[in-house]
Amino acid sequence: VSWLHRHRGAVPYLLLAPGLAWLAVFFVVPLGFLAYQSLESGSFEVGYRFTWEWSNYRDAISGYNEQLMRSLVYAGLATLIALVVSYPLAYWIAFRGGRWKNLLLLAIIAPFFVTYLIRTLAWQTILADNGWVVGVLRFLHVLDADGRLLATSTAVVAGITYNFLPFMALPLYVALEAIDPRLIEAAEDLYASRVQAFLRVTLRLSLPGVFAGTLLTFIPAAGDFINAQLLGTPRQHMIGNVIQSKFLELIDYPAAAALSFVLMAAILLGVFAYARALGTERLTG
Amino acid sequence: MTETFTRIELLRRGAAAGIVISVPSTLLAACGGDDEAAATTEAAKKQLAKTLRFSNWTLYIDVDEKTKKHPTLEQFKQKTGTKVAYYEDINSNASYFGKIQRPLSQGQSIDRDIIVLTDNTRFPGLLIDKGWAEKLDKSAIPNIVNLEDALKHPSFDSNREYSLPWQSYLTGIATNLKLTGGKPVTTIDQLLEDPKLKGKVTLLTEMADTMALVMQANGDDPTKVDDATWKRAHDRIKTAVDSGQVRQFTGNDYTGPLAKGDLVACISWSGDVVQLTADNPNLVWNVPDTGGDIATDNMLIPKGGDVYTASTYMNFVYDPKIAAQIAAYVNYVTPVKGTKEEAAKLDPKLATNPLIFPDEETLSKVKIFDSKAAGNQDYLEQWQALIGA
Repeated sequence: VSWLHRHRGAVPYLLLAPGLAWLAVFFVVPLGFLAYQSLESGSFEVGYRFTWEWSNYRDAISGYNEQLMRSLVYAGLATLIALVVSYPLAYWIAFRGGRWKNLLLLAIIAPFFVTYLIRTLAWQTILADNGWVVGVLRFLHVLDADGRLLATSTAVVAGITYNFLPFMALPLYVALEAIDPRLIEAAEDLYASRVQAFLRVTLRLSLPGVFAGTLLTFIPAAGDFINAQLLGTPRQHMIGNVIQSKFLELIDYPAAAALSFVLMAAILLGVFAYARALGTERLTG
Repeated sequence: MTETFTRIELLRRGAAAGIVISVPSTLLAACGGDDEAAATTEAAKKQLAKTLRFSNWTLYIDVDEKTKKHPTLEQFKQKTGTKVAYYEDINSNASYFGKIQRPLSQGQSIDRDIIVLTDNTRFPGLLIDKGWAEKLDKSAIPNIVNLEDALKHPSFDSNREYSLPWQSYLTGIATNLKLTGGKPVTTIDQLLEDPKLKGKVTLLTEMADTMALVMQANGDDPTKVDDATWKRAHDRIKTAVDSGQVRQFTGNDYTGPLAKGDLVACISWSGDVVQLTADNPNLVWNVPDTGGDIATDNMLIPKGGDVYTASTYMNFVYDPKIAAQIAAYVNYVTPVKGTKEEAAKLDPKLATNPLIFPDEETLSKVKIFDSKAAGNQDYLEQWQALIGA
């Protein structure tokens, strides 16, 4: 205890140490290895050697820019839909949930009690060509007589939206829940219409939740491959599918590592631009 | 094959990707691996383990429809006291090998005593060349004399030191007759180009099986692949993928959508469909008019597996009486001599089933895919891009 007294300045660092160690061991070090691997050349049969093979990056970008773009578009769409669906949901729970709040929150995360794979497989049944969803849509002429949902982009985006929705809804709820209702009352007292009060007070104060929710949804969604694998066709495959097959099926580590970095760079750039647009200062401070 | 990287490099490499891909499994493997490996090497003596851990493909062993148990595995237990932990966890050679190569490359056991890989891929050869397969204990396999002559000297294991065939299989086309008005799809042309089948067709992720069929439809020879014939088949499949004709590339997992009616027809394995017809009489399987493909799945003992127990089991299934029971259920081509006579005792119809005991006519319509092409890195990459992109 006396040591701590004398080195009071060290306390924050000591408290940070486990977190930093975790980051170092499970993030920084593997990332370093991955970077190293991404510059190797060779093959699985003869082994890989480090040769500053920058062409891995060129090949990754030129060979798979289609899947990369598709990943960003699908993830972006899914994030947008999740936001539009979640916001009213979170709003309602936060302001009108009353004593049902906890139960409703539990309902949002309830699907997480079933594994990711099974949840996605269930969508195969829901969207099956002979299922009732397709049947109803055909009856309403939304789909052609031989139209289908499974194995289309719609199915993949729907699957991603569904699987990541709670990551959007929960931060939104936390942000909305923290808003002091008296601020909205004050706005209305000052002759703001309900719409104006929502736009100027509620929406703005909930922006940190929107920011956190979109990041939590978009980032993992962009790297997802399960939905495209199970609900799409090769024409819906995303960059995650390519990385997965390079890593696990072709056992081509350098190409897989280079692709992973390209994906990471693309996401970082996107997030950076997004944060600038929304104004990080206001969001985090 | 030469092992060019050093142990340190190997560990480093393994650690890097291992952590990135799957932290939990790497940690678990790291914790439990050493003891396990040591224990199983010890057990390489003539003592049967309590449990035999066996990884196989789905729909590939006999099942009692009522009890859902596997009768031959039960018999093995009665005979030897060893229980078989049977895992149907192989759906594609490439992805299964991808899963097991990481621990094997680090000298860890994969907790399996027998795994099954196909000879028209590079994987059985790779497993042996990398030193990741245990030699069979042939003293425990006197029944090896029953191995069909044609299968005695495969190129990847010329004297069967490491492997024994599980079954051979034919690749052809399965059709759900309910969706075609009772007419089976019998040509690759229909499968890849008939607009009526658009989006209702799947091909196999196994390069050799799919390519062999398409090449023959092109009038090319799949036993001797060259760049021109490869490209012709590749481009034809690519056109079908780009147009949306092909819905997906699959392993055994085509069975569900085919039975449900999401698929009208697909490239598929002979026995699978015969087994499914029990529940769904609308399914049929045919060798395509232009020719099918035959290949053999091989049992191998991965490093760290229990050699004696695995060898004892192999000996057990090379008894024609047992082989007949398995064949009767799975409807695949059995590699065990004398099975036909045993099958006739079980059921005379069985012995004349051309899928289990192919006649000259069937055999003349199926080819073995070029093994060099099956391991060609360039082709493999193009193939992966085709099925994954």
